[in-house]
Amino acid sequence: MGRAWVGSETKDWSLPLRTGVLAGQPSPASDGRGHYVTEADVISTVEETESKGESEEAGDTGDSGEYNVYSTFQSHEPDFDYLKSLEIEEKINKIRWLPQQNASRFLLSTNDKTIKLWKVSERDKRPEGYNLKDEEGRIKDISTITSLQVPVLKPTDLMVEVRPRRVFSNGHTYHVNSISINSDGETYLSADDLRINMWHLGITDRSFNIVDIKPVNMEDLTEVITAAEFHPHHCHLFVYSSSKGTLRLCDMRASALCDKHAKLYEEPEDPGSRSFFSEIISSVSDVKFSHSGRYMLTRDYLTAKVWDLHMDKGPVETYQVHEYLRSKLCSLYENDCIFDKFECVWNSSDSVIMTGAYNSFFRMFDRETGRGVTLEAWRESSKPRAVLRTRRVYTGGKRRRGDVGVDSLDFTKKILHMAWHPAENIIAIAATNNLYIFQDRVNPDALAQ
Amino acid sequence: TLTLRTQRHSTTLTKMAGADGDDSLYPIAVLIDELRNEDVQLRLNSIKKLSTIALALGVERTRTELLPFLTDTIYDEDEVLLALAEQLGNFTMLVGGPEYVHCLLPPLESLATVEETVVRDKAVESLRKISQEHSPVDLEVHFEPLVKRLASGDWFTSRTSACGLFSVCYPRVSSTVKAEIRQHFRTLCSDDTPMVRRAAASKLGEFAKVLELDYVKSDIISLFTALASDEQDSVRLLAVEACVSIATLLPQEDLETLVMPTLRQAAEDKSWRVRYMVADKFSELQKAVGPEITKNDLVPAFQNLLKDCEAEVRAAAANKVKEFCENLPEDNREQIIMTHILPCVKELVSDTNQHVKSALASVIMGLSTILGKDNTIEHLLPLFLAQLKDECPEVRLNIISNLDCVNEVIGIRQLSQSLLPAIVELAEDAKWRVRLAIIEYMPLLAGQLGVEFFDEKLNTLCMAWLIDHVYAIREAATCNLMKLVEKFGADWAQNTIVPKVLGMANDPNYLHRMTTLFCINALSDVCGRDITTKQMLPVVLKMSEDQVANVRFNVAKSLQKIGPVLEKITLQNQVKPVLDKLATDKDMDVKYFAHEALSGECLPYEYS
Repeated sequence: MGRAWVGSETKDWSLPLRTGVLAGQPSPASDGRGHYVTEADVISTVEETESKGESEEAGDTGDSGEYNVYSTFQSHEPDFDYLKSLEIEEKINKIRWLPQQNASRFLLSTNDKTIKLWKVSERDKRPEGYNLKDEEGRIKDISTITSLQVPVLKPTDLMVEVRPRRVFSNGHTYHVNSISINSDGETYLSADDLRINMWHLGITDRSFNIVDIKPVNMEDLTEVITAAEFHPHHCHLFVYSSSKGTLRLCDMRASALCDKHAKLYEEPEDPGSRSFFSEIISSVSDVKFSHSGRYMLTRDYLTAKVWDLHMDKGPVETYQVHEYLRSKLCSLYENDCIFDKFECVWNSSDSVIMTGAYNSFFRMFDRETGRGVTLEAWRESSKPRAVLRTRRVYTGGKRRRGDVGVDSLDFTKKILHMAWHPAENIIAIAATNNLYIFQDRVNPDALAQ
Repeated sequence: TLTLRTQRHSTTLTKMAGADGDDSLYPIAVLIDELRNEDVQLRLNSIKKLSTIALALGVERTRTELLPFLTDTIYDEDEVLLALAEQLGNFTMLVGGPEYVHCLLPPLESLATVEETVVRDKAVESLRKISQEHSPVDLEVHFEPLVKRLASGDWFTSRTSACGLFSVCYPRVSSTVKAEIRQHFRTLCSDDTPMVRRAAASKLGEFAKVLELDYVKSDIISLFTALASDEQDSVRLLAVEACVSIATLLPQEDLETLVMPTLRQAAEDKSWRVRYMVADKFSELQKAVGPEITKNDLVPAFQNLLKDCEAEVRAAAANKVKEFCENLPEDNREQIIMTHILPCVKELVSDTNQHVKSALASVIMGLSTILGKDNTIEHLLPLFLAQLKDECPEVRLNIISNLDCVNEVIGIRQLSQSLLPAIVELAEDAKWRVRLAIIEYMPLLAGQLGVEFFDEKLNTLCMAWLIDHVYAIREAATCNLMKLVEKFGADWAQNTIVPKVLGMANDPNYLHRMTTLFCINALSDVCGRDITTKQMLPVVLKMSEDQVANVRFNVAKSLQKIGPVLEKITLQNQVKPVLDKLATDKDMDVKYFAHEALSGECLPYEYS
C-alpha cells in the first residue's frame, strides 16, 4: 500500500484534470430522470462501472471544468398500484452495472417495485440513401427510378442510445432496497423489506424466492431486510443485513430456500450503552463485500464496520464516522435524520473504505493505520484541479481555525450515495443535486518511493 | 423478370407504378427503403423478404452492397436481428453459391457477438449451416479464422458463440488445424468468465462426438473432470449433461476409470443444483453407462437422491422412479425394485414436501405394470390409497389422472371404494381450479368405472357443477356433459341428463337458466336431431319470453347454434317466427343477436 493519497495525505484528492461537477445545474425539468439524477434532482443512487479509465457517465467538455451528462433517460414513471391504492414513486433506489459483454453497457435500475434492464450504447454511423425519397424526405418521381440503391452507412456525430431491454415486475410486495448481480453472470437478486428474490437476467416472468422472513402474523414482525449482496466470486453465497444490525450469510448450495442462514454475524450488545435509540442506530444501511471476497463492510448510523467472513462473533474493525452525533440522537430522531441510509464503499485494493456523513462531508479510513479523514464535497471549494480540503468537526480540546462546531453542521446536506471505481482511484459522490467526481492526483514522489 | 410476392405493397404499387417506369423495381425499392423504416414491423417485414431484395440486386451487388450494410445493422431490435440471423443461413445461392458463401461470415460474425442470447444462438445455428457449404479449403481460409477470432474475442459473448462452432469445422480440416481447434477449446474451458466455461461445458459432449477416440480419452476427459469440479456450481451442473454423451462414446471397460469417479462425485456434490441435474438426467445416464454399472452404482445413487435433504432433488428423482425401474435389466428388475427402490418410494409417500409427493403421484401408478398384479395389490395399492387421501389436492389429482395404468393390471374396482370419497372431496374443493381439474378427468373416470357406477355415484356431482358459482366451472361442466354423451350415447343422455338440464330452464336464477342454453348448445350435436327437435327446441323457444334480456339474446345465439341440427321445415315454422319476434325486442343486444341469427351463415336462405 503506502500510496500517498490515503490517510491524512488526502490533499492528493483533487478534481480530475479535465473535469469538475457533473449534473451540476439544478433544473426543474430533470425531475425523476434515470441514471444519476432522480427524485426532483436529489441523486438517489450512484454506481461506477468497470470502464477503462474514465468514469462512464461523464463526457469530457475540454477546459470548462464540468462534466457533461453522458446520457440521461427516464427509467421509471410514477405509477399507481390499484389493488392496494398505493402510489409507486419513480425514484430509483439502486442501479447496478452488469459485467461488460460487448461494446454496449448494461445496467439494472429499480424503484420500489419494478426492476429494469437498460442497454446504453454508442452509435457513430447512420444509414443514408433512399430509393423513393431524397434525404430531406421529399418523395421522388417514380418514373425517375431506374435502378435500386442500397443504403450506405456514413459516419455521424456520436449518439448515445439508451434502450430498455427487460422489465422485471410483480416480484416484490414490499419496497425493493437492493439489487446485486451474481458472479455467474446470468442471475441477480433483488431484496425488499421481507423477501429476497433471485432472477435470471433473460427471464422476466419468473423469479425464485430464496429468503422470506415474513412472519405468519405481521404483529410478530421484529426486523426487516435492509440490504443484500452477492459474493463477488462464489456464485452460491450472498449476504443480507437487517434492521437489528446483524448480517446473515446464505449458501445456495445447501438448499433451494435460504431462510436458514449458513452463518450469522452479530456484535454482542453492550448492556451499558443501551438506550431508546440503540436499535435504530444499529440498523445496517448498507453492506458490501470487499473485492477479495474475504471481508464485508457495513454501515450503521454512527459507524462503519469491517467483518471477516471467517469470524462471526463481531466485526474485526470498527470506524467511528461521526461519534459526536451520539449526544444529538434525540433531535436527529425528531427531524428523521436518524433514519438516513448511508452507503459505504471499498477502494479497488480493499485498503481504504469510504462512507458519507452530514454537512457535505464524507469520510475515508485507511484500514492499515486506522486513521480517518473528513473531506468535503462542496461546489465553491471544488475548482477543477483543486485539491480537496480536509475538514474537522470540533468536539473539544484545542479549536483550530476552520473547525466546524457540531451545532453548526447542516443536516440537510447529506452524502448518502457514493461509488468507487472498481480499478482506479476515482470516486463519485452524490450530494443532493450534484455529482462530484474526484480523482487521486498521483504524486510522482509517492510513486517513486 | 422477377415475380414478387410482396403482399403488403403489391396492390398499391402496381397502381402507382403502372403508368410508366419499371414495374418490378418499385416494390423492391420500397422493401429496401423500409430496411431503415422507423416502424420496427416494417423493418422486420423487409428483413423477412431479404431474399427478394437480394434476388433483385443480383449476386454481385448483394455481396458488395447489401451484406456490408447488414453487417452494420446490429443496432436493431432483437426480433429484426433474429430474423436477419435466420435469413443469412439460407443465403448461399443468393451470394453466388458455395464459391462465395464466405461473404456471409462478416454479418453473422457481428450477430454472434450481440448480447441477446437467442440472436447469438440463431447466428451460430446459421454459421453451422453454412459451414457445410464451405469447401475444405474455404473452411480453413475463411471459416476457421472466424472461429479463432470469436474464440479470442474481448467480450465473453463472442467467446461463448465460438464454443458452438468447433464441432462443425473439426472433422473437415487438416490435422494441424485440428490441433489448433482442440487448443482453443481447451482454453475456453478454463476461461475467466463462468459464462464462457458454461458454454464450453454445454458443448463438450457435442465436441467429443467429432473427436478421435484417443483425443476423447486424453483431452476431453481431463476437460470434463476439470469442468465437473469447477468452483461455480452453475458450470459443474452442465458437466453432468456432457457426462451422458461422453459415456456413450467410450467403450464399456473405460467407463469405470474415466467417467464414474466424476459421476459419483456429481451425485454427491455439495450443491443441490448439481445433484438435481443428476436426478433430472438419471434415465439418460442409466442408458449411457449400461446395466452393470447401473446395478452397482446407479441404484445406490438413486436411493440417495430419493432420500436427498433438498426437496427439489427428491422431487426430480421421484419424477424418474418409473423410467428408472422400467430401464433396469430385466433379469433382476423385480428384485432390485422390491428391495432397494420401493422402501424409498414408501417414505416419499409421506414426504413433508407436497411437490415431492405430487411428483411421485404422477408416476407411481406406472410401477404396477412393471411389478405385476400380485405385487401391485400387496405393495402398491396401500400407497395409492394413502395418496388418494393426501391433504394436498394435486397429489390426489395426479393419482386419479393416471388411473388407466392400474386399471390394466388389477382393475379399477380395487380402488373404487377409496376413489369415490377422494373424487367427491376434490369435486367440492374450495379452490375452483382444483374443481376444474377434476372435471377434466371425469370423462376418463367415467370410461374406466363404467356407466352403472357412474350413474350411481358420479352423476349427481356432474349435475351439481352446472350450478357452481364460478363461471369457468359451469362452462367446464357443460363441456364435460358433451364428452359423457359421446362416451355413453344419446339414449343414456335422454334418460339421465337431458331432463335435468331442461328442468333448470325454470330455475329462478337467470344464470342457471342460461346454463340450460349453454348445455343445449354443447349437446344438440351429440344428441342428434330427434332429441334436439322434440325435447330441447321447445324449451329454447319458450325461453324467448324470459324477462331477463341476457337469457333472450342467448336464446337467439342458441337457435343459431342448433340450427344445423334441425330440419328446414322446423326452422321455417318454429324458429324463424321466434327470431323475428326477438328482432323487434326492446333490448338492443337481443335485437342484434336475433339479426345475427337470421343472417347467420349456416342458414341464410331459409330465413331470408
